[in-house]
Amino acid sequence: MLRYSLKRLISLILSLAVASLVIFFVIEIAPGDPASFMLGINAQPDTIEALRSELGLDVPKIERYLDWVGGMLHGDFGTSYTYRTPVTKMVTDRLWVSLPLALYALALSTLIAFPAGIYAAARRGKPGDMAVMGATQLGVAIPNFWFAMMLVLIFAINLRWFGAGGFAGWNKGFWTGIHSLTLPAIALALPQAAILARVMRSALLDILGEDFMRTARAKGLSRRQALWRHALRNAMIPVLTIIGLQFSFLLAGAIIIEQVFYLPGLGRLVFQAITARDLIVVESVVMLLVFAVITVNFLVDLAYAAVDPRLRQRT
Amino acid sequence: MRRNLILGGFLSCLVVLAALVSFIWTPYDVAAMDIPAKLRPPSASHWFGTDHFGRDMFSMIMVGARTSIAVALVAVGIGMALGIPLGLMAAARKDSWLDELIMRGNDLVFAFPSLVIAILITAILGPGAINAIIAIGIFNIPVFARITRGAALSLWEREFIMAARVAGKSQTRISFEHILPNVLNLLIVQGTIQFSLGILAEAGLSYVGLGAQPPVPSWGRMLADAQTMVSLAPHMALIPGLAIVLTVLGLNLLGDGLRDLLDPRLRVRRS
Repeated sequence: MLRYSLKRLISLILSLAVASLVIFFVIEIAPGDPASFMLGINAQPDTIEALRSELGLDVPKIERYLDWVGGMLHGDFGTSYTYRTPVTKMVTDRLWVSLPLALYALALSTLIAFPAGIYAAARRGKPGDMAVMGATQLGVAIPNFWFAMMLVLIFAINLRWFGAGGFAGWNKGFWTGIHSLTLPAIALALPQAAILARVMRSALLDILGEDFMRTARAKGLSRRQALWRHALRNAMIPVLTIIGLQFSFLLAGAIIIEQVFYLPGLGRLVFQAITARDLIVVESVVMLLVFAVITVNFLVDLAYAAVDPRLRQRT
Repeated sequence: MRRNLILGGFLSCLVVLAALVSFIWTPYDVAAMDIPAKLRPPSASHWFGTDHFGRDMFSMIMVGARTSIAVALVAVGIGMALGIPLGLMAAARKDSWLDELIMRGNDLVFAFPSLVIAILITAILGPGAINAIIAIGIFNIPVFARITRGAALSLWEREFIMAARVAGKSQTRISFEHILPNVLNLLIVQGTIQFSLGILAEAGLSYVGLGAQPPVPSWGRMLADAQTMVSLAPHMALIPGLAIVLTVLGLNLLGDGLRDLLDPRLRVRRS
């Protein structure tokens, strides 16, 4: 287990190093010098040069890359070009919206998907299964930003149960914050729940065909008891993988939903930074998101290996 | 379970047909504004109503289908053209440095939040349909590479491949003459799924203003236009959204139906 963990850890560090190289240099070769972009087209060349040196853009790229990576290891992401504030502060402020939103959506998606998937698997081939599967087909096909607009139309404009957008902030109380994240979380959760329910169902169906399930039935357990006691635990491996992937998707993929609801989250931060050529913010947020994806995958891998010794053999 | 295939095929054909017909005929000119007739709900003269400029939504949906299909189709083409050879190469030299390189490269692309990168690419290269295609296409490459490699690996163990090797065929020839035809079914099924994901991605990019630019009609931008009008004219948001849902649903059902049709083993296991 220790050997396996070490091996995985080394590959984790390598992936992060390569990812940081790719992010930095791809974004740096992008056309559009931040300094000339900020000063507009009528700026004098020496003003641009002065701003470039102020922002530290005249330092060679390699040096800037090393500075950036070195800073991140200390939790310092540099200073935003446009806002002149520490990127770390901007990111943590936004994380207070994006992280709860992602967790909220994940919780909703799991709450919908687990019962739906289990129900469908238990009634395989019957009308109940067909109905759930049909609903998931529809759920996968609905673009979440359109679903968000429909939610706004029904629950914000017609019924007035929720605000149409914006974020009240956490300082007005926990429930006020949760209330303003509810519609976005539902919009994000729906397609994820549809995918998760399908995974849950097919994982359960795979397990139900196993010999040990027949043994469980043979020793006198009812179908339902066997499902709950033995199948569900074994089906959790693929289900957990998908949940892990979905969490990182929800953190980054909320970008369009944040746009629909005018939420001050990470996605909107990147979007605004890209349009303002605030490269350091873009690089840092993308790196953070990639870090989240790679780390979640790493933890999921380790969790499997801890649960299932067979997986330690394979790499 | 032929129902999936029939319903999916019908919906997909409908969209393709709408796109093709739009080249020669649309009820109204998509660029023609008729301000006095703006925001009209669906009626006999305007089947899908009119938008905030009085343009005919039915015509715009038809031409929008063209944009969606073109973007998604080329993006899938890019993914297949690069991903399949990479997957075949990786499988042919299993466990070599080349295989390792291709697979780690795949993992790396998967680790990037696709939407953020697509936005980044379109922001760097400028918004537009072509750049949206590139952005969506890049993320299709590892999908096809991984599927091809996975399926090809098991084929390399089979006897008919061994026979081809004994006959002196090179790895490249075996890959293209024997492996590829045998994984093609799988790739077609995945192709329809990626196609539907491409349509969703194009709609999302156009919605935030990074996809097809005016005056080219696109479903995503119609939704963006509708956002501020949603309380005045709900049909403006409802209709392009339904167009996307039905298209994606049709393609997914078609994919499922094709999989059942092309892979008899699955049919037995699922029933």
